[in-house]
Amino acid sequence: MSKFKKKKSGDIPAISTASLPDIVFMLLFFFMVVTVMRDTSIKVKNRLPYADQVEKLEKKDLIMYIYAGEPSDRYQSVAGTEARVQLNDKYASLKDIKQFVFEERQDTREELKQALIAGLKVDKETNMGLVSDIKTELREAEALKITYITKKGAALKNLE
Amino acid sequence: MARRSAPEVNAGSMADIAFLLLIFFLVTTTIETDSGINRKLPPIQDEQDPPPLKERNIFIVLINSNGNLLVEDEPMDLKNLKQAAIQFLDNGGGKGDEACNYCKGAKDPSSSDNPVKAVISLQNNRLTKYSDYIAVQNELVAAYNELRDREAKRLFGVTFQEMEEAFKSESYTGDKDKLKERIQQIKDMYPQKLSEAEPKRTSR
Repeated sequence: MSKFKKKKSGDIPAISTASLPDIVFMLLFFFMVVTVMRDTSIKVKNRLPYADQVEKLEKKDLIMYIYAGEPSDRYQSVAGTEARVQLNDKYASLKDIKQFVFEERQDTREELKQALIAGLKVDKETNMGLVSDIKTELREAEALKITYITKKGAALKNLE
Repeated sequence: MARRSAPEVNAGSMADIAFLLLIFFLVTTTIETDSGINRKLPPIQDEQDPPPLKERNIFIVLINSNGNLLVEDEPMDLKNLKQAAIQFLDNGGGKGDEACNYCKGAKDPSSSDNPVKAVISLQNNRLTKYSDYIAVQNELVAAYNELRDREAKRLFGVTFQEMEEAFKSESYTGDKDKLKERIQQIKDMYPQKLSEAEPKRTSR
């Protein structure tokens, strides 16, 4: 009989918060894992064309990303609507490509310098004139390995 | 009996559970990788005469600013380009030294002698859209890959793509040097000779 009496009397015990930090950490870890960090903010439109004869690019640190295309809508008031080249975080002119390649080379270990690949992320509405100017600059900088980064899909999708 | 408060739930293992989850996510998620068409640019050379090529060994593909194709002086749809390129590469019309004993083409004397000699020349002008250019590049690479796959299947029983994947993968158990040799053999049978001229200025 006395058992029932005990429950009715006495204070309500405080809820233990000892596990709260763990729950918070768990959430933190979850978001850390799920979010993909973007190393550069892209300031040009970047709708990639489609291709299906593609190879995966394994070593991300060996790719020099070169972006090209019309400036994004929010930058158009400043940068105009003509297609531009973007290196790292800012708009660049064609002449800067050589310097960019040179800097990337300096940051790479000696034995990997030959494996550097220039990855071209070019908007699909860009004219080939700009792209071939970029290619000429890359040839002059002796960065001969390039890859046209594309989305996966049939080539005929490009015509739509 | 003395008054006693409710026993606390033991939270000591909470951290372990959190770490377990963390490790699980770390192991299972893969950071998405980019994929693209690999190309090699020609090095800049001093002005020199281009090596003599026979007219029939060159396959000219022109793309204009509207994305229309002109293949060997005839307009063509993109979806037919791959087949036309295969026919050209696999023609094998050469005789004697230039004969091609693995080609299955029409042996048309007015088309290419040998896949080793056949060159595809891709020309575009400065106003060609990038997506059209990539579409054409993709179809031409597809033509090469199809022929390479066919020969790899005939000689080694696996497709060229599978061979390359096996070569890249860490878990391949076979002899990698031998595999590399075989890949090179197939590449030598159908070398990718894709020449790109500097785009022409638009004439209006």
